[in-house]
Amino acid sequence: FPPLAVFQVENVKLLDRYANRKAANGTLYLTATHLIYVDASAEVRKETWILHHHICSVEKLPLSTAGYPLLIHCKNFHVAHFVLGQERECHDVFTSLLKLSQPVKPEDLYAFSYNPKMSKENREIGWKIIDLKLDYQRMGIPNDYWEITDLNKDYEVCSTYPPEIVVPRAATKAVVMGSSKFRSRGRIPVLSYFSKENNAALCRCSQPLAGFSARCPEDERMLQAIREANPGSPFMYVVDTRPKLNAMANRAAGKGYENEDNYENIRFKFIGIENIHVMRNSLQKLLEVCEMKSPSMSDFLTGLENSGWLRHIKAVMDAGLFLAKAVREEKASVLVHCSDGWDRTAQVCSLAGLLLDPFYRTFKGFMVLIEKEWIAMGHKFSHRCGHLDGDPKEVSPVFTQFVECVWQLMQQFPCSFEFNERFLLEIHDHVYSCQFGNFLGTCHKEREDLKIFEKTHSLWPFLLERKQELRNPLYKGFTAYKELQPNTLPFSFQFWCGMYNRFDKGMHPKQCVLDHLLSCRSQRVKLEEDASELENKLPFLDGPLPSELPSFPKAGHAASKALDTPEDYGGGAPPVLSNGTPLGAGGAAVDQEHQENLCPHSQDLGDSMELLECAGKDGNAQHQ
Amino acid sequence: MLRSSQPLTGPNRKRCREDEALLGTILDEGERGFIIDTRSAQAAKQARMTGGGTEPKSSYSQWRRLHRPMERGRPLQESFIKLVEACNDPSLSMDRWLGRLESSRWLSHVKAALSTACLAAQCVDREESNVLVHGAEGTDTTLLVTALAQVILDPSCRTLAGFQGLLEREWIEAGHPFHLRCARSASSHARLKQEAPLFLLFLDCVWQLSRQFPFSLEFGEHLLLTLFDNAYASAYGTFLCNSEKERSLCKVKESTHSLWAWLNQPEEKHKFLNPLYSHNALVIWPSVEPQSIQLWQGLFLRWIRPSQHLDEAWEEIQRLVKEN
Repeated sequence: FPPLAVFQVENVKLLDRYANRKAANGTLYLTATHLIYVDASAEVRKETWILHHHICSVEKLPLSTAGYPLLIHCKNFHVAHFVLGQERECHDVFTSLLKLSQPVKPEDLYAFSYNPKMSKENREIGWKIIDLKLDYQRMGIPNDYWEITDLNKDYEVCSTYPPEIVVPRAATKAVVMGSSKFRSRGRIPVLSYFSKENNAALCRCSQPLAGFSARCPEDERMLQAIREANPGSPFMYVVDTRPKLNAMANRAAGKGYENEDNYENIRFKFIGIENIHVMRNSLQKLLEVCEMKSPSMSDFLTGLENSGWLRHIKAVMDAGLFLAKAVREEKASVLVHCSDGWDRTAQVCSLAGLLLDPFYRTFKGFMVLIEKEWIAMGHKFSHRCGHLDGDPKEVSPVFTQFVECVWQLMQQFPCSFEFNERFLLEIHDHVYSCQFGNFLGTCHKEREDLKIFEKTHSLWPFLLERKQELRNPLYKGFTAYKELQPNTLPFSFQFWCGMYNRFDKGMHPKQCVLDHLLSCRSQRVKLEEDASELENKLPFLDGPLPSELPSFPKAGHAASKALDTPEDYGGGAPPVLSNGTPLGAGGAAVDQEHQENLCPHSQDLGDSMELLECAGKDGNAQHQ
Repeated sequence: MLRSSQPLTGPNRKRCREDEALLGTILDEGERGFIIDTRSAQAAKQARMTGGGTEPKSSYSQWRRLHRPMERGRPLQESFIKLVEACNDPSLSMDRWLGRLESSRWLSHVKAALSTACLAAQCVDREESNVLVHGAEGTDTTLLVTALAQVILDPSCRTLAGFQGLLEREWIEAGHPFHLRCARSASSHARLKQEAPLFLLFLDCVWQLSRQFPFSLEFGEHLLLTLFDNAYASAYGTFLCNSEKERSLCKVKESTHSLWAWLNQPEEKHKFLNPLYSHNALVIWPSVEPQSIQLWQGLFLRWIRPSQHLDEAWEEIQRLVKEN
């Protein structure tokens, strides 16, 4: 372990959700960055790593017969239930975790101390892998109607936009500046995605400061410029992703939405995605459902319904689908906003990009999409993900919902994405881990001020290096599918067990098809050929390439003893045998014979947690 | 593992020495056995009023009775109909969909069936005890439990040939009344008293197992869908009638073709095989947590949503595995 173990506690139990199973017994270590639990009781040493930054809450539960319980909830939905032997120890761990998990200053974040073995040049190259200008070039911009302007290079237009934004050529500086005064937080309409085939543009902004009757000629000219940049279409959509009631309420505060009468040839539409507070509460309820011990099917489905979570996911997906259809089928430009244009707007614009353009379904493309629509365009990661000790009302699973929408698409279109579910989970973990600089702060300007690009590492090269395990073995290539048209009827949405019950290993399929397919040799060869073909096509600066292919563990799906352990099937109190032991998974006679040993089953979904945590350490991967 | 129908204890608590002796021969001196009754304790007790009942403790002292109520008959058919109607309603909001999925209770029945089958399997595999399974008639939930338990326990039942043998043994020869149970399916307005989708419930449970253990069944979803289709309407005689006696009277074997003969032809067989299959000698214990049980989209949404992308994915899997 890293030498700076703050302290260690012996005789700590780690309980799992099945009360009958024998609890692991081991040692708890606290280091500067992680909590590490080492299970000494199993035949094979098993480590559980939790990053302090991932810890969302720590609670001291009432004293039980087993000892002093400590319940830890993590932002990646890991729930760890420890029981310590002594009250003093429990209290010390509790107070330490509270402090370690709630950094106060940005400089306290892991990214500023994370130091893998990497040369200075490579670290810098890592930040250059994703260049948004190249994506605009790929779309054909600059062109006759659109240009990349540096009007915002000193953040004069908008402090939360990046220095380079794409606006219509027809928009003069006066129009841009005027519009910025009429938009909440100066977030003027800018280009998100341009469709070369039909000249239709997807643009984004924030709500206009229209109140009940205010007008702004520059803002009106801005929208006109956007519309006229698509001469093939007589009208342009303006989409407000808020529920109509909320948007109307904003008018009383001097903000609101566009009046169709004031803006020529726009078709206005509300889409009705709920706000960050509703989403925060919805996730809370969903997690309560996930944590229920042995619920009935009814309890689970009713809980799922009451949380509203899938309803919100569907709403986001429907919105993305609407935007994509407008661009692709109606060949009309669309301007999207919510309130501030950094939450719902980011979700729907990035989703629309995924549906429209197969490039964003590749590794590089997806990184570009996130860098563009989320990072550059000022989604407040720091606040939404609770990186620092701040306002809990600012925390909301906006990015989580987007990641889930991508996963839902992957279920409907299994061959259309270059990456697999693990890639999504890794990104999601790192949005919260603060191990890499990409997601720190709230906008580009803040990242410059914090000197992210000089002092921290970019996540992307690290993920690219692990393409072999993060790829989708069923991917049929860049040209196999153009646009995606998902079915958004309710039954099309599944509960994402791999995210919300990720660490409940018993719930997942006991055999992993993904690993088996990844190890299929022929696919690997084909992929290498495709990859080099793609590299040649795209003018991207590539990051460090994997120097050799990793060797794979044998797909030991059939023979692992770990499969051969029943769950608890009892519908009530388990019947008792003649020798007094209860019938069912919990019987002592059962356990002695077949220790529930979750670890040797290599590359199981649950092990990805350990892989993540190990990857966080200074270079060395330590498995059990 | 044994199966039967209910003992005809009746309201006067009749005894039957022969039945007691029969069950007595199965257990050794001092050995204990289990009886899994697929009716609730109350329903089993009420059955006495109509001449049925349960094994009284006093006369069957070596047997421990466990009740695991499972749905059958009319209520199960209603459950099936409700689910199909919900799937076919495009106007539903997400909340309404989840509400109707829940109130159909179909997935609850899947969970109950898997749990009970696992319990029976545990008796045999973990406790190394004999277990007797029965409900009322011994032709519905009884067969569901014993057949499913064997898929869980016995790797040979998971081969294509072994599974066919299991179906012949535990469903067809055992006397599941296919003609009555698989009459009209879910869309008919006729609400037939004897209709109930036990066999579909069994196939759904097998599908759940294939999802949780994708390498352990030699056959794939296509076989299960084919069996479902043929149970209701078939060019073959395999699922005709309600019992071996009826099949004999109707001269089914002489006058019709066997589904298995068709399935097992080389040109057909390969379509039913699971490309990921790898012999697994162990017992496959499924998780029955709600998160682990999913709606069988391949069946319930079969005609409702296009399957092109999923089919392409399967072809890709087959190609990958073959080339490997």
